Amino acid sequence: MINSLPPAAILIIGAFLVPFLKGRLKSAYLLLLPVIAFINVVSVPEGIHWTAGFLGYDLIFGRVDRLSRAFGYMFTIISFIGTLYALHLKNEDGQHVAAFLAAGGALGAIFAGDLVSLFVFLEIMTIASTYLIWARRTEASYGAGLRYLLVHLFGGLCLLVGIIIRVHQTDSIEFGVIGLNGLASYLILIGFGINCAFPVLHAWLPDAYPEATITGTVFLGAFTTKVAVYALARAFPGTEVLIWVGAAMTVFPIFYAAIENDLRRVLSYSIINQVGFMVAGIGIGTPLALNGAVAHAFNNILFKALLFMSMGAVMHQTGKSKATDLGGLYKTMPLTTLFCIIGAVSISGFPFFNGFVSKSMIMAAATHQGMGILWLVLLFASAGVLHHAGIKIPYHAFFSHDSGIRTKEPPLNMILAMGIAAFLCISIGLLPGPLYNILPHPVDYQPYTGAHVLDQFQLLSFAVLAFCLLILSGLHPVEMRVILLDVDWFYRKGAKVFYRLADRLLGVKGDASLPDVVGTDREVIRGSEDRKVPS
Amino acid sequence: MKEGHFFDRSRNVKRLLMGFYIFLVLLIVVDLFFPKHPVVPWERYPFFYGAYGFVAYVSIVLASNYILRKLLKRKEDYYD
Repeated sequence: MINSLPPAAILIIGAFLVPFLKGRLKSAYLLLLPVIAFINVVSVPEGIHWTAGFLGYDLIFGRVDRLSRAFGYMFTIISFIGTLYALHLKNEDGQHVAAFLAAGGALGAIFAGDLVSLFVFLEIMTIASTYLIWARRTEASYGAGLRYLLVHLFGGLCLLVGIIIRVHQTDSIEFGVIGLNGLASYLILIGFGINCAFPVLHAWLPDAYPEATITGTVFLGAFTTKVAVYALARAFPGTEVLIWVGAAMTVFPIFYAAIENDLRRVLSYSIINQVGFMVAGIGIGTPLALNGAVAHAFNNILFKALLFMSMGAVMHQTGKSKATDLGGLYKTMPLTTLFCIIGAVSISGFPFFNGFVSKSMIMAAATHQGMGILWLVLLFASAGVLHHAGIKIPYHAFFSHDSGIRTKEPPLNMILAMGIAAFLCISIGLLPGPLYNILPHPVDYQPYTGAHVLDQFQLLSFAVLAFCLLILSGLHPVEMRVILLDVDWFYRKGAKVFYRLADRLLGVKGDASLPDVVGTDREVIRGSEDRKVPS
Repeated sequence: MKEGHFFDRSRNVKRLLMGFYIFLVLLIVVDLFFPKHPVVPWERYPFFYGAYGFVAYVSIVLASNYILRKLLKRKEDYYD
């Protein structure tokens, strides 16, 4: 009976029951929904399920194979962890519903066997994600959410036009290997690339995610980019340009993350860096590289959620997320500190933690293909990960100078959610076998050789030494209360210029600032800020 | 510094650093004697990984702070 609906439908339909429940029943229902979806993903046999006719084509809602099922596991597990993390929200049904819609959209997209339903599920995900940004109910989140929506609608439009041209050319809506072979494929790649935060198309991510709600960011960080990774692995495996797009993604965010003051924005840049490893793996396209990309997506969802949850816990307790405002919290939030360190060590790729067993597959695939320069770039990026996610995040939040803030641990549900993610980070690191068993191709790879463990410890430990020496010598620059310009400057400033021009040429009423066009909404937002800011 | 938390005592910090330095020395010593099978040419050099990690880290910190930040930093209310 559990298999009579696709996993996406369980979450999307199930979401609309949330507002009708109360108390413990609601809590139980919220936790049960992702569990049912998980059982569904586990138990559906491989093959094509849940089809429907549409304008003479077949919509396929359940193309179940090893690739889609691996992502299905990830998304249902993180939905459970994210829901548990958000369980203390009592009057925020909208956030619970939006989170399930985003998760349902993600599951629908990865199990879609045709381009039409893929497109529809991606749009559901976009709208639900926008709500999770707006639900913070600040002026900054309103602006960031609007930009997020516009950028993703543009991406969706590119994808839609690409799909229409492709269907016209091939008379098929099948979502399979596409490869770069003409206008339609380029448009589809741009559509996926915006979701994936390709360089230059990436600014929406560090713009929007830090402005979303504390609990919403956990879902946002897991779904949009990883669905795009899936779509690339499905449609563009072995596409050479992705190797260098991925390599660029691993490198440029580490310089931004190094000097960004808002720690949740640091983690947002870090997402781009981590997704870069996956995109490079898809570009290499060998079975080992594709396995590495999928395994790293799985692990990334866990340790990135753990890091976002720990920073969310800090924000929930202190109302702050900037490095310049924090420090010394290990004294009053020891458990959160521990979980954050586990996430930091995992993402850095230290042996015995999950990042090590997946990132190394992509690195090994690069060397097997004789791509020495790529290997050097990815190794450089690995040191960068250690810097911004491994050291900067825990150091500035929990250690560094004592900010004088004295608080306490977050609610129990938040601690449990972080505990589960931390447990999975360690257990997959120690026993990678079960993860390797669910990957798309048979795995013939051993991460734990003496030389590999030694090399990785050496790389990371001497990078830590560099940090220690820079700090002890006083040469390590301090964090500053500034923002950094990124590509979004072009459309944020460009929109104002456009508005001014429209004002001058067409006589549109109003002054020269864009936000006043939506003045009514701004009042609504301002009014709601008086209320307690929901987390 | 009477709070008595772990890192408030400089003795604890010194001990931690000393343990870390000993670990680093061990990593170098083991590296000299450990049989390796280099795939990439650079791996042939002893202590390649340690040196690369150290140099990469320092260059990321210095380049981002002294070049990128100077170019891209703006006041927090820049877009308001």
